This record gives sequence, C-alpha cells and structure tokens, in this order.
Amino acid sequence: MSEAYFEILRAGINSTLQDEGRFHQYHIGLPISGAIDKRNYLISNHLVGNKSNTASLEFAYQGPLLKLKSGRASVVITGDVIFNIIRKNSEIEEGVCYQTFSLNQDDQLDIISTNKSVYGYLSVQKGFKGEYFWGSCSIHTKSEVGSNKGKKFSINDKIFLNQSEINHNSKKIDYFNSKIEFIRILKGTNFDYFSDKSKKDFFSKEFTITKLTDRMGMRIKGPKIENIVDTNIKSEGLIKGVIQVPSDGDPIIMLSDHGTIGGYPKIGVVISADHDKLVQLTPGNTVKFKLVELSEAEKLFQLYNLETKTILDQIK
Amino acid sequence: MIKNISNLGDSAVYCDFGDKVTKEINSNVIKYFEGLKKNKILGITNITPSYNKLIISYDLEKIRFDQIKNKILEIKTEDINSDENKIIKIPVCTDEEFCLDTERLSKKLKLDIGKILNIFFNKKYFCYMTGFIAGMPFLGDIDKALRLKRLETPRVKVPKGSIGITEQFSNIYTYESPGGWNIIGNTPTKIFDKLNQDNPLKINPGDIVEFYEITKTEYLNWNE
Repeated sequence: MSEAYFEILRAGINSTLQDEGRFHQYHIGLPISGAIDKRNYLISNHLVGNKSNTASLEFAYQGPLLKLKSGRASVVITGDVIFNIIRKNSEIEEGVCYQTFSLNQDDQLDIISTNKSVYGYLSVQKGFKGEYFWGSCSIHTKSEVGSNKGKKFSINDKIFLNQSEINHNSKKIDYFNSKIEFIRILKGTNFDYFSDKSKKDFFSKEFTITKLTDRMGMRIKGPKIENIVDTNIKSEGLIKGVIQVPSDGDPIIMLSDHGTIGGYPKIGVVISADHDKLVQLTPGNTVKFKLVELSEAEKLFQLYNLETKTILDQIK
Repeated sequence: MIKNISNLGDSAVYCDFGDKVTKEINSNVIKYFEGLKKNKILGITNITPSYNKLIISYDLEKIRFDQIKNKILEIKTEDINSDENKIIKIPVCTDEEFCLDTERLSKKLKLDIGKILNIFFNKKYFCYMTGFIAGMPFLGDIDKALRLKRLETPRVKVPKGSIGITEQFSNIYTYESPGGWNIIGNTPTKIFDKLNQDNPLKINPGDIVEFYEITKTEYLNWNE
C-alpha cells in the first residue's frame, strides 16, 4: 500500500514538525526546540492515541492548507484554532478543536488561523514521519537541524504519516485555553544590575508584546529598563524563560529556539508553569509580571503538571 | 572551585566560577562538565559550560533545586583529565568582500589593515566554549592591540563563515545569524556537521585554533 501523506497547498506562516525536543545538546549550540505550547501538544497526541513524544505539526497564526493525497488519517487539532475540513466532494465542514475526525484521500484541511493566540497543533494517529537528529525530529530552522532538512514547510512539500490505514476513534475533550493575567517571574542572576526604579517598574508596569517575536524569543516593550552596572556580561548559558535586557532597555524573553548562550544581563526568569500561556500571547497583547519565590514556582509547576495529567487522564 | 551556586529560574542551577576569564578557570568549568556527564544525575536535561560559569538544566518533574544542588556539590573533579589540546587549522579569506569591519577597526585602533591582519594571524587561540548558534566557537585571547567593543547596532545578518573579533575574543559564525562582532574575514570550511552526530564540531572546548590566510581563488574552489 502506498504511504499516506499530506501535500501542502499553502504553507502558513511557520509550520514545523515538533516533538518534545532535543536534549543534552546546549553545549554544542542546539536549543531544546520542541513543541512550544507543551500542554496543547500533549493533548493533541493523546486524543489520537499517541505516545507523548510523537511528532506533531505545529503552526503559528495562519496555518497550512493540506491535502491528504494518499491513505486515510485520524486527526485532531488543538489550540484556539479556526479551521475547515473540505471534503473530496467540496462539502465544507467547520472544524472543532479537541475533537478527533477522520480524513479520506483527497480531503483537505484548511487551518485558517489561530484565534487570539499564536500556536496550534495538528496530530495524526501514529504521528508524522520525522528525521531524527540527537533523538528528536523537531525542526530547528536556525541550525537547519531536524525533519524537512531543518526548514519550515513550504508549498508543495509533502508530510508523510507513519501509517496509511486508520482505526478511527471519536474522542473529544472540553478544554478552554484560559488567558493569564500575570506572568510569574523569579529574580534573574543579574537582578541587581538594574536601577531601583526599573526593578519597581518591571513588576508594576505593563509590557507590550512586539512583532519581533518568534520561536527564538519574545521582544517586549514598556518602560525602559535601566542598567546601572554593565550592559554586557561574559557570555553564559541560557534557558527557556530567561529575560535578558540589552543596552536599549527593552527586555527579550528566551523561548524554545533560543541561542544557547548570551551576554546580556538577566533581570528575571519566567517560571516553568507559565511557559505555555506566555508563548500564546500575540503581538499587541500586554502583560504584567509578578515576582515569586523559588518554592512557590516549584509548587506552581506541580500544580500545572497535575492539571495536565488530569486532562490527559480524561482521554480514554 | 565553584565560588557560588544559585538557581537560574526554577529548572536550572547556576554555578559561578568567578568573574575573570582565564584558561585555568575555564578548565575547571570543563572538568565539572565532564564530571557531571560521567555521574549521570537523574533529571539533568542539559549542561552548558561557558567561560567561567556552568549551567545545569533539569526536568522539574524529576528533581528540585535543593536536591540537585547537593548532588552537584558532591561531584569530585580531581581525577578528571581534560583531553589533550588538539590543534585545528582554519583557512580564512580576507578579501574585501568578507572584511566587513576592517576599515572601521583600522580607524578606531589607528592601525593599518595589513598590520591588524598580521597581528591576528600570528597568534594561536584557545577554545573556551561553543554555542549561541550550533558549533560557534568562542576563542581567545586576541592581542591587546586589537581589542574593541561590539558594534553599537548589531547586524541583522552576519554571513555564514564570518570570523569576528570583539574584546579579548574571536568567533566563527557557523550559520547566518544576527551579531555584533567586528568581521575581519570568512572561512569556507564546515565547522558544524549535523550528519556526524557523534562528533559534530570541528572545534571543541580546549582545542587550539590556528587561522591561516587563503586567496579568494582558494576560497571559491574550497572543497571538503
């Protein structure tokens, strides 16, 4: 039997294959990458009966228009996503997120856009076929590592599925992508490089997400953050969530494809529990930061993790 | 050897080896890096050595800061031998097309271009760390006469292969990337090879790099 695959009729803005990411390679300059909104990624895979670390198609803003050229597929879309299923006979069905459906040969999936959010996920039963580098097929476009020669998908590309026949199970969950009022922060290692006024501003004023935001990082603008010690430090390791402040005073938050080392002072680090919500903020959105202690951040992560597990357990 | 240990966010440990950048401090960092790789502490997802810091990232589902901190402090590094320094020769073309900043350097440093290149090529460089982008080596130390700050406004795109200098360091842009270092040449050689997953880097921390000049014709016909 021929392999099942989607052909891309419209690529969308940033469509890539992602799994849980590539670990243990920071020291050679490769970030973890991986699905940027982990919870939505996990939900999508569990809905189609996949193991956690299965490759999904991640898209941002405008998604792709895909045609299933061969085979059948059991699929689901998660996130806050507007999409249509265009059947072979041209009938159009309005898509519903968090609810599995099946596609037959020559059906199309038109992922029109994410709604007041950035990222969404398309998962298929048994996953997409990826090319593995250091244990992950996640596409990291900067270093051209991962599936599809490390590039985001473009028109006429094919995305192959791991199986061509399906055993479709109708599954759905009710899930609401809640917005977050505050992004919670731990003090960064250079917190004291900044003036008292700026430290106060950072935790009391609003910051706006700018258009210079992608999988590498999020640039935000608000009151200028004034450095009173040194605007450069000796380059050192970074992690997702670190907030660096370059000499222009506008903070940059490191996201999944961040450079592995950097030389700007770190004012704070976003707590792990808030990563999924942070990345879904669109340019123009405003955000406020709230300072927490390490023990609180750890508890909040446990809570986040328990919530995720509870959602996944509902899918049976 | 670790002067201070603290948390970086809720899922990384920040080990500070001091403020200075010296080979001795850097080799201590590398010894801890090697020691941690051998000890395989549960939950570690990444270890990032740099000039004088070591950052250990971990999976918060598996371990917390207080627990991992103690395990890190128990690491013994006395019996770890750093690998012998390898000498890596890197070809560089300094044709005008590639020397994006030599004129600027010449004016700022009050040295003619020939002299700048001469000083640059007459030294061996130690690789302190790799990263930022895949395989980028951070080398040092460049001669005191050539030390200058980064560009005030970084370039949006520095061409792949560019050789940069700033302060006491030199680097190689392994991919096209944003960057603010002063560019004085370009290498045609591949520094990062993703298809060689066991050994993807041409230059590893601890290696010694010797740059040598090649002509534009040699550059254009480079084949490896």
